[in-house]
Amino acid sequence: MEVLHIEATEDSPDIMLDQEKEIFEISGRSLPEDVNTYYKPVLEWIKEYSKNPNRRTIFKFRFSYFNTASSKVILDILTIFEEMIEEKHDVLVRWYYPVKDEDMLEAGEEYSEMVEVPFEFIAFQHIN
Amino acid sequence: MMTGSDDKNLNGFLEFVYDFYKTMKAHEICLVYEGKITHQITKAFVSLAEAQMEEDQETVRVQRTVFHVLVECLQNISRHADDHESASIFSGKGIFVVSKNSDIYCVTTGNAVLNEKISALTKMIDDVNELDGSQLRNLYMKQMREGRLSEKGGAGLGFIDIRRKTGNKLEYYFLPVSDKISFFMLSTTIPRII
Repeated sequence: MEVLHIEATEDSPDIMLDQEKEIFEISGRSLPEDVNTYYKPVLEWIKEYSKNPNRRTIFKFRFSYFNTASSKVILDILTIFEEMIEEKHDVLVRWYYPVKDEDMLEAGEEYSEMVEVPFEFIAFQHIN
Repeated sequence: MMTGSDDKNLNGFLEFVYDFYKTMKAHEICLVYEGKITHQITKAFVSLAEAQMEEDQETVRVQRTVFHVLVECLQNISRHADDHESASIFSGKGIFVVSKNSDIYCVTTGNAVLNEKISALTKMIDDVNELDGSQLRNLYMKQMREGRLSEKGGAGLGFIDIRRKTGNKLEYYFLPVSDKISFFMLSTTIPRII
């Protein structure tokens, strides 16, 4: 599959989806004007990838902030992973949260309760 | 050349500006905006507030909470302020005020809404206000699961998120403007020590 790379802006995260190099990562801050438009290619890419994924997929979320509209899209992404797991594919979510940001950790924990997908939680040093 | 009467008008206006300044100081207002609230304005305010809080050496937690509230409040208005009749002077516009004292930050927004939306808005806020922490958590998760993103990108999660992040109830007020619209004011307080 073609690599999907969307560079971060002041209101949207960096997105890197590369099947060959096994890099699947969304990182930064997410409050785009229109979440539907912004995440459409991302959801399409992941959906397409899910039809013929790698043997193991480690997907990294490394948010410093996301707004409520983005939180809904994150669940949509996780739902695709859940479907992949039902199809016996191996998917792991690594949920990075800024050190001492309990809300971001909690957000990840809530997602892990909502979908049948394994999660790992890792603190990272956030630099503004 | 300025005529005598212009002078008088100008002085009157400058006095007004001074009174306005004093009023702002008295209410400890640190940011006020009136006009169209767009995504550009949202981004500008958020970064202004961030820089200010950094300078005031607010804790990271307070900064994050204020950030959350600002974004949700501003995006609420930028999504919904255009919903009503465009003939009104309130169309697409709103007011946005951030004030603070030694204990709290207060974010207040105001925008016109159609009268027919008042009861739904009232119910939504009252419901959210009544819930405790774990109920809010469950409602947020339920709304994420079952809710759909509107065309305008709203997920119906803003009020729940504000209530959860601040721990405080949302205060609101509807001022009647005409038989069609009212001015909806929403105020949120964020403790400075959390």
